Amino acid sequence: MIDPAQPNPALRESATFDRATIAGIQRAAATGVYDIRGWGAKRALPHFDDLLFLGASMSRYPLEGYRERCDTDVVLGDRNARYPLHLAIPVTIAGMSFGALSAQAKEALGRGASEVGTSTTTGDGGMTPEERGQSKHLVYQYLPSRYGMNPTDLRKADAIEIVLGQGAKPGGGGMLLGQKISDRVAGMRTLPAGIDQRSACRHPDWTGPDDLAIKILELREITDWEKPVYVKVGASRTYYDVKLAVAAGADVVVVDGMQGGTAATQDVFIENVGIPTLAAIPQAVQALQELGLHRKVQLIVSGGIRTGADVAKAMALGADAVAIGTAALIALGDNDPKYSEEYRKLGSEAGFYDDFQDGRDPAGISTQDPELAARLDPVEGGKRLANYLRVLTMEAQTIARACGKAHLQHLEPEDLVALTIEAAAMARVPLAGTSWIPGSTRA
Amino acid sequence: MTSTLETTVVDLATTSVRELNAELHAPKATHYAVEHPQGAHAIAAGVATPITVDVRGHAGYYAAGMNDGGTITVHGNAGTGVAENMMSGTVRVTGDASQSAGATAHGGLLVVEGSASMRCGISMKGVDIVVGGDIGPMSAFMAQAGRLVVCGNAGADLGDSIYEARLYVRGTVGSLGADCVEKEMRAEHLAELAELLTAAGMAHDPAEFRRYGSARRLYHFAAHNTY
Ligand SMILES: Cc1cc2nc3c(=O)[nH]c(=O)nc-3n(C[C@H](O)[C@H](O)[C@H](O)COP(=O)(O)O)c2cc1C
Repeated sequence: MIDPAQPNPALRESATFDRATIAGIQRAAATGVYDIRGWGAKRALPHFDDLLFLGASMSRYPLEGYRERCDTDVVLGDRNARYPLHLAIPVTIAGMSFGALSAQAKEALGRGASEVGTSTTTGDGGMTPEERGQSKHLVYQYLPSRYGMNPTDLRKADAIEIVLGQGAKPGGGGMLLGQKISDRVAGMRTLPAGIDQRSACRHPDWTGPDDLAIKILELREITDWEKPVYVKVGASRTYYDVKLAVAAGADVVVVDGMQGGTAATQDVFIENVGIPTLAAIPQAVQALQELGLHRKVQLIVSGGIRTGADVAKAMALGADAVAIGTAALIALGDNDPKYSEEYRKLGSEAGFYDDFQDGRDPAGISTQDPELAARLDPVEGGKRLANYLRVLTMEAQTIARACGKAHLQHLEPEDLVALTIEAAAMARVPLAGTSWIPGSTRA
Repeated sequence: MTSTLETTVVDLATTSVRELNAELHAPKATHYAVEHPQGAHAIAAGVATPITVDVRGHAGYYAAGMNDGGTITVHGNAGTGVAENMMSGTVRVTGDASQSAGATAHGGLLVVEGSASMRCGISMKGVDIVVGGDIGPMSAFMAQAGRLVVCGNAGADLGDSIYEARLYVRGTVGSLGADCVEKEMRAEHLAELAELLTAAGMAHDPAEFRRYGSARRLYHFAAHNTY
């Protein structure tokens, strides 16, 4: 008997046409425009959760928790630069543009990162005095759009990051919708206020790795060979991209997996282009090892880093450092339940809010609205970020000590096993309880 | 490096580009001549003071890159990205320029006396560019601000996805890119064109040019404007 007052227990949601998919079709039919949003891939993907550490045992000797040293520092870009970066912790803040984020959010990122001795990164839209002022170590992005790019800021930077792509959208340009183009953002980008603004997907004055080598040379010349030059790629053909980036002269390679966050990208792009972070790291490490440059050209990995365990796993697979975007925004106050009601008014919920493109962020982070932005206190936000970065570091150290490592960089693939065949194949570590690495060894 | 009273001469046959640029970034002289450039890359990149540099021969990629105040002349041809991201000053190429001349430049004046290849003025952000001859395809792609003057012909897809830059072409245009349209030449345009031609040292009648710019139909993302 059907009781109309109760949900029918026999209703079965389709795995293929689930509620979000149906709503997506309905939305497309109603509007005729595809969905643009922030955040990263939301689908389930093989990830760090599918790896476990083995810990010390008869054959490995652990270090005492808290007491015995487990160092965390990292030097980035010492291949060519006169002034490489020396960071106290291997967790850096990824590039997020002023424009996508409020000036307060950028300042808070700078404050939090500086407090624990790590770097922040500008983004598509130039360098703000707020961020430069608060960031002890500031990486200046050199993007296809070249918005706000100028030699004075270039000389003020501590490192230069040439961006070829992002994990959320390898092969895609960028966009910042008109509601976020305030007069200040427009001025920095030399565009009229209020228009929807495209960031190019190709660099305007070089094509291919041979040209990139000359571009890197030019940037070094302009900055008198002082600064490390990073190259950032979205994870796709990672093995080849890393080889070519290094051949072009990169001092540091940044590989951003498909879970990586974005400020505004088509949903179809975020969910369907690129490869998971887990699959990209071993490819990058293999490329560096074959060149004899692993640990000489440093590898920074990003895309879905949330915990100290993720940091430790990325490093055990061969990364020298990681970068975080989404998690840093959450630490500042993004998706805070205290704004539940306001998120609901925007058709979202605390914990689900991803409309970074929209400019109406109740937490004052992904907005240019002065009233909303004023809700984020950069000092408070900076403290929260510093706390979070400390926890990430301590968590990673906890695991490293358990594996008997006196430095986070001593973590190695031998410390890891995988929970699933997919993760074992991608991460190139054995399936737990076996010696089987699909694609590499026999069971 | 040899110095006469007026000019410091740097010979790239015996001096590295790195030494040259280090000197130009902290100049002890006001006038420099660069001999035997032999197509080297990044010659006089990152000049940040009002010095004069004469490059006596062909330059490679990114000559005068990010110039901010210098008066730099390439007496020959220039490779890809000459005067890319210039902020201020003047860059002149007496021969031809390769691709992406003046790319993303914010200010200053770039003069190419010969012709420029593809993507001339790509993403320009306020620079003035005057080309004596022709320009290649996809020029002024996503051009944001500034003025591009072409005394010869323009190749295909001129001004694709252009924003607020103003384009003046004396000869033919292969085709106009997305959202680029011909616009009325009003008195203020004739006047600014005359000034630009004078500044570049080109003796053409402004009345012979046509003006192109953005139809501004792509300024707001919508279903109808996906190309
Ligand atoms: C709001 C926001 C803005 C971003 N802006 C940029 C940018 O301007 N340039 C860039 O290279 N990456 C940008 N990214 C990507 C980050 O640099 C980074 O690759 C990514 O966030 C890492 O993944 P995670 O968010 O899972 O930590 C942005 C990400 C977010 C969330």
